[in-house]
Amino acid sequence: MANKYLHIHKLRRVYVWELPVRFYHWLNASVILVLIVTGFFISNPLALMSNAEATNQYTMGWVRYIHFIAAYLFFFNFLFRIYWGFVGNKYANWRQFIPVSKRFFKEMWTVFKIDILMLKKNGQQQDHLSVGHNAMAGFIYFLTFIVFLIQCLTGFGLYASMSDWWLPKMFAWFPAMLGGDIVTRQIHHWAMWFFILFAVVHVYLVFYHDYVEGRGEISSMGGGWKFIEEDVFEKNKHMTPNPEKNK
Amino acid sequence: MTNEVLPKQPTYYEEVQRKGYSRRDFVRFASMMTAFIGLEQSAIGQVTTALETKPRLPVIWLHFQECTCCSESFIRSSHPIVADILLDKISLDYTETLMAASGFQAEEALHNTMTKYKGQYILCVEGSVPLAADGVYCMIGGKTSLQILEEAAEGAAAIIAWGSCASNGCVQSAKPNPTKATPIHKIIKNKPIIKVPGCPPIGEVMAGVIVHYLTFGRIPELDKLGRPKAFYSKRVHDTCYRRPFYDAGLFVESFDDANAKKGYCLYKVGCKGPSTYNACGVMKWNNGTSFPIQSGHPCIGCSEENFWDNGRFYERGSSFAGFGIEADADTFGKVALGVTTAALVGHAVATNIGKSKFIKEHQQEGKESEHELKS
Repeated sequence: MANKYLHIHKLRRVYVWELPVRFYHWLNASVILVLIVTGFFISNPLALMSNAEATNQYTMGWVRYIHFIAAYLFFFNFLFRIYWGFVGNKYANWRQFIPVSKRFFKEMWTVFKIDILMLKKNGQQQDHLSVGHNAMAGFIYFLTFIVFLIQCLTGFGLYASMSDWWLPKMFAWFPAMLGGDIVTRQIHHWAMWFFILFAVVHVYLVFYHDYVEGRGEISSMGGGWKFIEEDVFEKNKHMTPNPEKNK
Repeated sequence: MTNEVLPKQPTYYEEVQRKGYSRRDFVRFASMMTAFIGLEQSAIGQVTTALETKPRLPVIWLHFQECTCCSESFIRSSHPIVADILLDKISLDYTETLMAASGFQAEEALHNTMTKYKGQYILCVEGSVPLAADGVYCMIGGKTSLQILEEAAEGAAAIIAWGSCASNGCVQSAKPNPTKATPIHKIIKNKPIIKVPGCPPIGEVMAGVIVHYLTFGRIPELDKLGRPKAFYSKRVHDTCYRRPFYDAGLFVESFDDANAKKGYCLYKVGCKGPSTYNACGVMKWNNGTSFPIQSGHPCIGCSEENFWDNGRFYERGSSFAGFGIEADADTFGKVALGVTTAALVGHAVATNIGKSKFIKEHQQEGKESEHELKS
């Protein structure tokens, strides 16, 4: 060891994001990107410089078609994620997102102190936090799910009158409750900005955690693995044997 | 109630004959109405029979905070019988605009209809009811419109809320709504209410609603917002003859451009057709002559609730209340994006300073490992 003050960590591999979670994440990211781009186009279409007859063009039609397909994918993907919140591993569980315990709030406060105020604890730079989402991230994702819901309600609500299928028709009550399509469309448009702001902060924070903590934050959504220090692992492991191990 | 025998009312057909219309005119009117209210051909007989045999409907037509454009629209509906019979005769009982009587005579006529036909008459309301300052903003014969409405609604079989004022408040209830103008359904809760929004509603739609009630003795099927489905189940956009331009992506960019001349879609100059439920594209106005979009003007969504406050007439952008007239959602979003990016840059700088020791340790650890490995 060249530097006697340098503490070399031993890292242990933890399978955090299961394949369905990773699949959900990337499908969600791509359909949201498609929805934002097509959504902007629908709200303010580009001026087409074409001499073709209207009969031979279907630009707006295609853009809307893609928007609606992406919306269905988004919706079912969202439903799937809710389901996975009940059957997935402990990092995918719904308890990671909904602040119900005192511990959850305590951890949120800790995250706030460490990552935003950059306070030091006992002269140390950083406490080791959760392996999956930290509580703050979990809570933000919970808000995100609420915005997902708002987009589904307003989006399918607007779509309801164009469809014969019972599924979008089930959302027809929502614009009626808000008092019409004009205001529903506006809410749909406002809420879209949440996704843009979220994406920017989300990508930044992934890089931030990867850079500061060095535990494979970025790559975790690829292979599913994160890495934690051996001593942290020893401190936090519980003694109940894994039932699947003895099979 | 007294047991006085009600004077026999003439039927619609009798009235039509008296007015000098031929049988042919009458049947034409009945067929037209059948089509308007969305019934199939076989129902023409039913409508005709109803108009032939049923005595005319006693109607009280009240005017509150409004501009009488609903009445104007009604008397311009495409078939003269609509005006002659449905308005001239139907609303003879009481309507401020068109009745001959005035003063105490008029009040008496109103009172008589209310007592004689208790539980049978149709109450048509044009205009909203101001509730601020105890309702003094709209008073008729010493009574506030709220008093008049409540009194008249008491014995009504059903209420028709004509136009956007009565259905959702229209311009009087736009912010800041100084008179606290209130639509009918928020005041009267115990009667069936048919909302016929629009500023004004199409005359044929108004006639259709009455004929439907007359033929079947019950109010037409309503949608979730209380509007007759026959007329308000489709968006103006869905029946618009400019729709192919929309789907093609060909839009009017400004009112004086070549695209406007070519009759392209008015979406980008603020057309609210895609969010407005009405029959304009099908029935059109003034004997089916035209409708706003056909004359080159975007739909302003006049039959939609709160259309005065829900964004601007000539823009698609969604307004953002509370951030000035010019602020729309996208401007706000861009500013928020800028602020967020600035905050993140600040955070990145703070991270490199505040956590420098930590980051350095990691880097040293990583470099150390790199040194110790053979290449």
